[in-house]
Amino acid sequence: MSALTTELKRGLDAPICLTWELTYACNLACVHCLSSSGRRDPRELTTDEAKALVDELRRMQVFYVNIGGGEPTIRRDFFDIVDYCVAGGVGVKFSTNGAFIDAAVARRLAATDYLDVQISLDGIDAATNDAVRGQGSYAIARRAMDHLAEAGFGPFKISLVVTRHNVEQLDEFKQLADSYGAQLRVTRLRPSGRGADTWHELHPTNAQQRQIYHWLLAHGDDVLTGDSFFHLNALGEPLPGLNLCGAGRVVCLIDPIGDVYACPFVIHDEFLAGNVRDPGGFARIWSGSRLFLELREPQSAGACASCGSYDACQGGCMAAKFFTGLPLDGPDPECVGGDGELALAGVASGSAPRPAGDHSKPVRSSPVTFLRR
Amino acid sequence: MPAVTNSPTALVDRALELAPRVALRPEPFGALAYHYGTRRLVFLKDRDLVRLVEALASQPTLGAAFDACAIADRRRAAFERAIAGLVESEMVRERADH
Repeated sequence: MSALTTELKRGLDAPICLTWELTYACNLACVHCLSSSGRRDPRELTTDEAKALVDELRRMQVFYVNIGGGEPTIRRDFFDIVDYCVAGGVGVKFSTNGAFIDAAVARRLAATDYLDVQISLDGIDAATNDAVRGQGSYAIARRAMDHLAEAGFGPFKISLVVTRHNVEQLDEFKQLADSYGAQLRVTRLRPSGRGADTWHELHPTNAQQRQIYHWLLAHGDDVLTGDSFFHLNALGEPLPGLNLCGAGRVVCLIDPIGDVYACPFVIHDEFLAGNVRDPGGFARIWSGSRLFLELREPQSAGACASCGSYDACQGGCMAAKFFTGLPLDGPDPECVGGDGELALAGVASGSAPRPAGDHSKPVRSSPVTFLRR
Repeated sequence: MPAVTNSPTALVDRALELAPRVALRPEPFGALAYHYGTRRLVFLKDRDLVRLVEALASQPTLGAAFDACAIADRRRAAFERAIAGLVESEMVRERADH
């Protein structure tokens, strides 16, 4: 382990990478939504509260925030908040399904400095994508990309959550990104939010994990990953990025009502550090919450201690373990050594913790149907 | 402005500064540097290196900054390589007034 990794595990004075979900409202209902979004929470931070939070982030010298949701552009004050961030020197990277990016919005985005846009797309064709993200969502995303390209936005990002149904499409995704002059971002599927119910069906197989590893290794820094695949480093040469779980150490999540969680994938009381409305605000939570201080202590390797790959994979992702019912000091459910599969087999059905806060819209028709390819 | 790496003058004899769109944030291990243009993040893993980078703009050359920050001779080669890396990644640039 490098000296830097050791330092980072002890935590930073402010997060490097802070995710701020602006709203739980969403026009889509993706089956793997990590925040179970759909309906707006009436306790959402007001515009003034959001701006006060930006002031605080600026004082802490947070370089940029990753804004998401829900669909963040649904908020009427979306541009108000974005402009306020940028004016204060807090860069914005925001994730969107693209529904509200028409020609005029694309031009406005293109004219804003310190702003990155990330369009989510989980299949190279409508059949693959819409099976996960909902009917019509492929066309919506492509139209938004066309608008951004036409407005001369520059290199926006196309963000893909890799599943067992789109692993084979990675090359085509890269071609699509290249055709737009865009940057491809590939991230890991987590069993968080509604993903807790669909992960078992969607997550890549053990053989596919290897395929993903070699593909990412071959593309190096050309493809962004949000450092989400460090569990694959057990396969050999490490992938680019910080090889560690940054939860509460270098990353965290602020949810729409101001609740602060250790990372975007652990929306559950066990990983709730506080609320930005509490006295002392976000800064106090970051520097002093009991949860974050605990996460910055050396963690036990537990059942993985005797495995020669532990230094490489760090035991994988805390959220993936937690929501599949595995102990946090054991193998990741997608451990490339196969230990996760064995461990999963021992988890009693229904015993895994349930994600907190379901904001899903009422189901109108039958439960989700998976299209098979 | 000519690229610093192509200049015939040795790096220690050049006038340097932190690039204008770069922010430095102090951390227990040194500092984080973030470039708002390239969106690149760099870890400066030594507090003396951070002091050196901060001193660049007010010193006529990198060599003078070494002296001003009292950087020990034996560490200067390593620090010079670190500064060269920062120039390469556009975090540090040659000053226009030079």
